[in-house]
Amino acid sequence: MTRPRTVAVVPAFDESGAIGRVVGEIRAAQPGIDVVVVDDASTDDTAAVAEALGAIVLRLPFNVGIGGAVQTGFRYALEEGYERAVRLDGDGQHDAAEIGRLLGPLERDEAEVVIGSRFVDGGGSYRPPFGRRLGIRVFARLVSLLGGQRVTDTTSGFIALDRAGIELFAREYPHDYPEVEATLVALRSGLRLSQVQVEMRERETGASSITFVRSLYYIVKVLLALLVASLRRYPRLEGARR
Amino acid sequence: MTPVRVSIVGVLASVLLILVVLELVRGRRLKERYALLWLATGVVLLVLSAWRGGLNTIAGWVGVTSYPPAVLFAVATLFILLVLLHYSTVISKLTDENVELAQRIALLEERVGRPPTGPRSPAG
Repeated sequence: MTRPRTVAVVPAFDESGAIGRVVGEIRAAQPGIDVVVVDDASTDDTAAVAEALGAIVLRLPFNVGIGGAVQTGFRYALEEGYERAVRLDGDGQHDAAEIGRLLGPLERDEAEVVIGSRFVDGGGSYRPPFGRRLGIRVFARLVSLLGGQRVTDTTSGFIALDRAGIELFAREYPHDYPEVEATLVALRSGLRLSQVQVEMRERETGASSITFVRSLYYIVKVLLALLVASLRRYPRLEGARR
Repeated sequence: MTPVRVSIVGVLASVLLILVVLELVRGRRLKERYALLWLATGVVLLVLSAWRGGLNTIAGWVGVTSYPPAVLFAVATLFILLVLLHYSTVISKLTDENVELAQRIALLEERVGRPPTGPRSPAG
C-alpha cells in the first residue's frame, strides 16, 4: 500500500531564526512528507536556511502577505499532484509532532479539512489574553452560525487538507488574515470539517504580526469578509460530501 | 437664478476638464476605458453650466431654492465619488492579479530550478 503523497506548506517571512528548527522537526516527525517553505520575500536568509535543510523553497518576488503565501503552497500542492497538504507556521508555534494526529481524520475519510484547534472541548493549555480570547470565540460562533457546523477555533493556522481542500484553497484563499474566512468558505463549499485538539507553542523568535492597531483592522476586515462570504454563492466541490 | 459668472466659470472649467482628458488619451497617458467616466463628468457639468434654465429646474426638483449652483457642486461631487469607486475596483483587481503573478513566478522559478540569487557573476 502506498502512502498518499503529502506536503507540508510552511509560510515564512523573516523567520531565519526559527525556520531551521521548523523544517527539521517536520522532517524528523514525518520523514515521508515533502516540506515546502514559501518565502514571502524575506529580507533575511530564511530561504537559504530552509533550502539547506532539504526543503523545497518557493520564493515570492515581493511580500504578498500570509494568505497569498499560504495559497502559493496550496497551488504548488495542486500542480504537483499531492493528495494531502498540512499547513504549519514558519515561526515554530505549531508542533510538527502533531501532524500525524491532524492527518488522522483525512486517513479515516471523515473530513476534507482538518483544523488544529486549541479549544476542542475547552481543552488545551492555551490561555490567550482576554481580548484575543473574546475575538477568537466571537469568530468561532459566527463561523459556526454561518457555516452550519460548530467550529471552536477559526483563527488556527494549523490545518490539514485532502485533495478537495487543496483544490478549494488553491483557487480561493483570502490574502490577508485568511484563516477565519477560509474556514467559512470551506464549510459553504460543502467540505467536511473536522477538528483536532492541538497545543500551540509560544513563538520562539520574531514578533507576532498582530499589533493593537492591526487587530482593529483584523476584526473589521474579518467581519466584513464573513458577511460577504455568507452572501456569496460557492459552488459545491467535486469532492464535497457534506 | 444662477449668476452669469458662475455659469461662465462652470463652462470654462468643464471644457478645460474635457480638453485635458482628451489630451491625456491622445498622448496615451490615459486609457480610453478610464477616460470615459471623466469625460462623462465633464459633459454633464458642461451641460448643467451652460443650460441655466435646466439647472434651475433641477434645483427646484431637489428642493434647492436659494442657490441653484449648489446642484452643480453636488453633481460634480457625485461624479468624483463614482470615479473613485471605480478606481477602487480597478485597484482591487490589479492587487489580485499582482499576487497571482507573484505566485506564478514563485512556482515557475521553483520548477525551472534556478532561483535568481542576486546579480550574476561576470564569469558566467
